[in-house]
Amino acid sequence: MSLFEAKKLRKNFGGLAVTNDVSLSLAAGDRLALIGPNGAGKTTFVNLVTGHIKPDGGSIALAGEDITGVKAMQRVRRGLVRSFQVTRLFADMTPQEHVALAILQRDGKASRMFGRHDAMRPVVEEVGEILHLLGLSELAHLKVREIAYGQQRLLEIALAMALRPKVLLLDEPAAGVPQSETARIERALDMLPPDLAVLMIEHDMDLVFRFAKRVMVLAAGTVIFDGSPQDVTQDVAVREAYLGSYANAGSAA
Amino acid sequence: MAVLMDSTLPTRRRPLGTLIGIAVIIAASVIGYFLFPNNLALLTRIVATMLLVLSIDLVTGYCGVATLGHAALFGAGAYGAGIVSAHFGITEPLTMTLIGAVAGALAGLVSGIVILRAHGLPQLVLSIAVVHLFHEVANKASSWTGGSDGLSGITTDALLGLFEFDLWGRTAYIYGIVLLLIVFVSLRILVQSPFGMLARGVREDPVRVAAMGASVHSVMLRMYVISGAVAGVGGALNAISTQVVGLDSLSFTLSAEALVMLVLGGTGSLYGAMVGTVSFMWFEDVVSAANPFHWLTIVGALLIVVVLFAPKGLYGSAAAFLSRRRGGER
Repeated sequence: MSLFEAKKLRKNFGGLAVTNDVSLSLAAGDRLALIGPNGAGKTTFVNLVTGHIKPDGGSIALAGEDITGVKAMQRVRRGLVRSFQVTRLFADMTPQEHVALAILQRDGKASRMFGRHDAMRPVVEEVGEILHLLGLSELAHLKVREIAYGQQRLLEIALAMALRPKVLLLDEPAAGVPQSETARIERALDMLPPDLAVLMIEHDMDLVFRFAKRVMVLAAGTVIFDGSPQDVTQDVAVREAYLGSYANAGSAA
Repeated sequence: MAVLMDSTLPTRRRPLGTLIGIAVIIAASVIGYFLFPNNLALLTRIVATMLLVLSIDLVTGYCGVATLGHAALFGAGAYGAGIVSAHFGITEPLTMTLIGAVAGALAGLVSGIVILRAHGLPQLVLSIAVVHLFHEVANKASSWTGGSDGLSGITTDALLGLFEFDLWGRTAYIYGIVLLLIVFVSLRILVQSPFGMLARGVREDPVRVAAMGASVHSVMLRMYVISGAVAGVGGALNAISTQVVGLDSLSFTLSAEALVMLVLGGTGSLYGAMVGTVSFMWFEDVVSAANPFHWLTIVGALLIVVVLFAPKGLYGSAAAFLSRRRGGER
């Protein structure tokens, strides 16, 4: 059974169909990469999935339940979690506090007005495990503003893990990370729970080939390819879409 | 290694921080009591205002909500405590304080619902509108509030049946300090709790908080209600100690001054709120006595100096300086 299913999602902006009948389904353990040239409608699709914008047509289901009309916040609580393309963290708080807050929120304890997170044993232990897994233990008590961007990207992944989602949407997890550090991001992605369904939006094709078992290509709001990573480079429509967009942008790079 | 060793420090230091805070408040109160025995009324007013400034800090410093209308919550507490005494004969001071807290919390709920609908500049404008509305309601309902003449006829029983509220204001002062200590300890617990952490998260990045599945609006509204209770206690203390409530306790001027005090001391820290209030009101008192014609100019100049050279406020800048020193020595 599919864990996540988007059926014929459609979104128009001023008569232009930015997302045009896009369907996508994910089963437990899936590693799907969604790629496409700039302006293909990836960001709009992400926002439709997370519930930040309403679709003009189509439906979304999570674990068999229709969530098309469910608010973004409620989708997170039901297990549909996202990471951000540009890190969104609390600059004045430590990685330990970040992960603890995610755990407390997941367990419905984030509204408690007494007690301290660093005095709650199970929370402290789980925070320690997650930070250790991602190699962030030594930075646990530094403010986020004091740690390197690559490590902030890892913390984004740590937060996603702490929320224990069913479906995880990774929005360009390696964006802005220096080439020398992408290996750490890759290792972190390998540590995601095997039964988690992951949808990754990514530009870095090396990362896509290493991570994804399936690739979908979006161009002008439509899915033009859905298949294995090996076949995607051979596909004529995909090549045209990418070449076309580069030609239009006036750059062959 | 240094990082690892340091990592255990904050955990151990913070309960100690609360104890140090309590000790400092008590020490300062005792010094104030013996240094200015004829000026206890001013000291009590400072304590009441401190509660208002702490209350603003909860929504502005911890949640990032901009407000220029927080006196509405303070005034609601003052009128709440005053009206039950003057009109209903409820003159027991603890009950009056509790009613003040409830009135403040209700005012916090109402203004929170209105103010939190907007963000940024519109939010600021809404907060001003709210305090003007409260002011106007109190002005028009003069049979209850005394209108522009102020609410008089407030009487208060002896505290715990033992301590009369005397002419010198000793009882009121000590009562105020006790209230301040209770509020301080409660707020320390609150800001260090998971909810306090969530509130700081809202200030830093509401989008991230929402992406964790928490409701940003609900966090802010709950903080507004708590903040209302704190301001309400301050208002009630003011009503009990002065036995009169004027429209100025619901004014835009008081709201703005209290925000200035918070900025002066430093936002986002309970100590900053308290240091800012004492500094501002003490400075105002000294300067207005020394130079009755130009004191406002001098206060204005001080503010400009602080904002330009210590943008984190008096306490915030001092704390940052000290932690840099400590960092350097390591």
